[in-house]
Amino acid sequence: MKERKKVKTAATANGKIDKIIDKYQGDASALIQVLLEIQSEHHWLPKEALDKVSKKLEVPLNQIQHVATFYKAFSLVPRGRHEIQVCMGTACHIRGAPRILDRVQDLTGIRPGETDLDLKFSLETVNCLGCCAMGPVMVVDGKYHGKTVPAKIEDVLKNYD
Amino acid sequence: MPRINSPAGLEELRKDILSKRDPNKPCITLCSGTACHASGSKEVAASIEEEIKKQGLSAEVDFRKTGCHGFCEKGPIIVIHPEKICYLQIEPEDVPEIISQTIKEKKVIERLLYTDPNTNEKIIHEFEIPFYKNQERLVFGSNGEIDPASIDDYLALGGYSALAKALSQMTPEQVLEEVKKSNLRGRGGGGFPAGRKWEECRNAPGDIKYVIVNADEGDPGAYMDRSLLEGNPHSVLEGLTIGAYAIGSHEGYIYVRQEYPLAVENVGIAIQQAKEHGFLGDNIFGSGFDFTVKVHRGAGAFVSGESSALMTAIEGRVGEPRPKYIHTAVKGVRDRPSCLNNVETWATVPLIINKGADWFTQLGTEGSKGTKIFSLVGKVNNTGLVEVPMGITLRDIIYKLGGGIPGGKKFKAVQTGGPSGGCIPEEQLDMKVDFDELAKAGSMMGSGGMIVMDEDTCMVDVARYFLDFLSDESCGKCVPCREGIRQMLKILTNISKGKGKEGDIELLEELSEVTRDASLCALGRTAANPVLSTIRYFRDEYEAHIKEKRCPAYVCKALISYYIDSEKCQACMICLRQCPAGAIAGGKNQIHVIDQEKCTKCGTCFEVCPPRFGAVKKISGEPVPPPIPEEARMIARKSKET
Repeated sequence: MKERKKVKTAATANGKIDKIIDKYQGDASALIQVLLEIQSEHHWLPKEALDKVSKKLEVPLNQIQHVATFYKAFSLVPRGRHEIQVCMGTACHIRGAPRILDRVQDLTGIRPGETDLDLKFSLETVNCLGCCAMGPVMVVDGKYHGKTVPAKIEDVLKNYD
Repeated sequence: MPRINSPAGLEELRKDILSKRDPNKPCITLCSGTACHASGSKEVAASIEEEIKKQGLSAEVDFRKTGCHGFCEKGPIIVIHPEKICYLQIEPEDVPEIISQTIKEKKVIERLLYTDPNTNEKIIHEFEIPFYKNQERLVFGSNGEIDPASIDDYLALGGYSALAKALSQMTPEQVLEEVKKSNLRGRGGGGFPAGRKWEECRNAPGDIKYVIVNADEGDPGAYMDRSLLEGNPHSVLEGLTIGAYAIGSHEGYIYVRQEYPLAVENVGIAIQQAKEHGFLGDNIFGSGFDFTVKVHRGAGAFVSGESSALMTAIEGRVGEPRPKYIHTAVKGVRDRPSCLNNVETWATVPLIINKGADWFTQLGTEGSKGTKIFSLVGKVNNTGLVEVPMGITLRDIIYKLGGGIPGGKKFKAVQTGGPSGGCIPEEQLDMKVDFDELAKAGSMMGSGGMIVMDEDTCMVDVARYFLDFLSDESCGKCVPCREGIRQMLKILTNISKGKGKEGDIELLEELSEVTRDASLCALGRTAANPVLSTIRYFRDEYEAHIKEKRCPAYVCKALISYYIDSEKCQACMICLRQCPAGAIAGGKNQIHVIDQEKCTKCGTCFEVCPPRFGAVKKISGEPVPPPIPEEARMIARKSKET
């Protein structure tokens, strides 16, 4: 919880959100773009930020919630320090991606879309990373681990804390 | 950079750029797309830059980071111009040798060349490698020669000359006629004739019209749009601007997934450069035609790639489709006429304008003209992007270009068209690939994903996979799609778990029909294709799952078991140590046994057991043999001397 509070204050205090909103000059049709930038800045969408967006863009909060829950890019809860993405594209699937995902779930104790209690890992599945030559692919914090097998996962994940 | 105000000015600039470039000066090109970065091309690039400096060659050699070269299986790829020497799977350690040997001494390094797997012959030049030799790379070919951040590279190859021609020598009607005559069909999925869509939009009432690039490439296993937009963004911009001129639009959007950050970045740079040169903005080439482009990032929803949904997303709302009794070409973004085409379609337009519709229609089949980029992935030797003329056979694509199936396995099916497509079996491999033939076979062109499957792929699992994907991506607005897909997925999941019942196949067929006929948009209307095509061609696999509780491809976890053949086990401890579930009992000189209760069926033991032992067995549809009694597990080893 301590972590969460810190993120929250950082999000609202530094005025970055105002800057992002101002960039789009209060244009309501820029809602998705504004949320994307806040997401990439903070890795999640704090409630205070959404309130601010709602006021400034004059979009009702329920509509913002609709958008924020519809699209995959947005998270309404804080994310872990490390982001694991397991590619579940067709090419990876037939090369054994489900077995990779099972192993990651076993090791981290979380399911896709979840973050562990220590805020160490967040797990996501993605539908195709477009590097099918390397399948099955797992990405941790932007680093690609291609042609991976269940037996190798533990060695990869233990490098993160 | 001064603005270019006339076609003559463009020609002058091009000549000026070319005059500063020595065609004989060595130039190293390195693929630097997203997939290339994943396979380590960033590190190679850093190493090349450093080595050129270190060996004091900064003035004598050019280095260019280009887009995707297509042959992803062998990435990162280097091509050295002007000889076009092609080196594959480069690692940073190879770079000093490449610079000192090939650049300085003009010597070819054998070990980095492509080796023909059949003849073992080394191939020096990119264009002689079978993967490239059998392609017709009209749209995608420049990718390997252009630095996407350099407009000069694009101009040097004749870039923006089609736009200059259209604006100065043709009326909008003539441009439209040319595109209609070329019979260019949309490369994003449906294959609707682009010219007809343009015409409808042009004739629609309203002063403000929009043109849109659909780069929300969501089909898993397809990445040609990303590679084009990343590698050659100006070709897409040029096509879009020509389209806008023909339609009478002055505002354009590029809708690109935020999952493609490099594409977003490169297209942003390209727009900026085009503005500075006067290829975008007011009074382009002094013709009086104005056009601006905005980039809109998609936030990750498969259904938002559907045209009406995409347009709602551009308005900043939830990207859900609407019924299209009125086409989006008439009422699209903000209820104004909007013409949407896919990345590849727009990038084809400059070629048609430059070379003419007659040239374009020489390529391809009766109903489908030109070339198409496919992403050839899955169980195939040469994974990558291939551009081929329409009408080539599937067999040629998979065997001539793709190099066949790895590991001596048997081909089972090829899946085309993403989640809306179907699986095509071996008997139909000689089919000529085009929009209509694929549809006849129960599949579709889609955006050009081509996923090759071998004997280890379970077709029930593939159908279940796609429906799982679609049930997740269905926006839920219309009931037939939301519920139809969910019920089909339930039945398929049961079948793959061994809980299938008699009559399930018929029920699937019935549900498919309703979902197809009653859904609002193409997502639901085509959702049944993976199910119907697998039932049509692989009914026996469904029946094996339902009647015999057996998965013939040994994929469905609930229907398979692993056991260790006590005759073959050498008690080497490899599987025992690696088993993540701790399910293998045994020890040194003690035959290993899998505890079926603990086994999670991850397959690790099967993979790590040395092939010369081959002791771990996978079975399905039959009971696991009882474990060997504990007292019989000791192996008496012969001494090493004998």
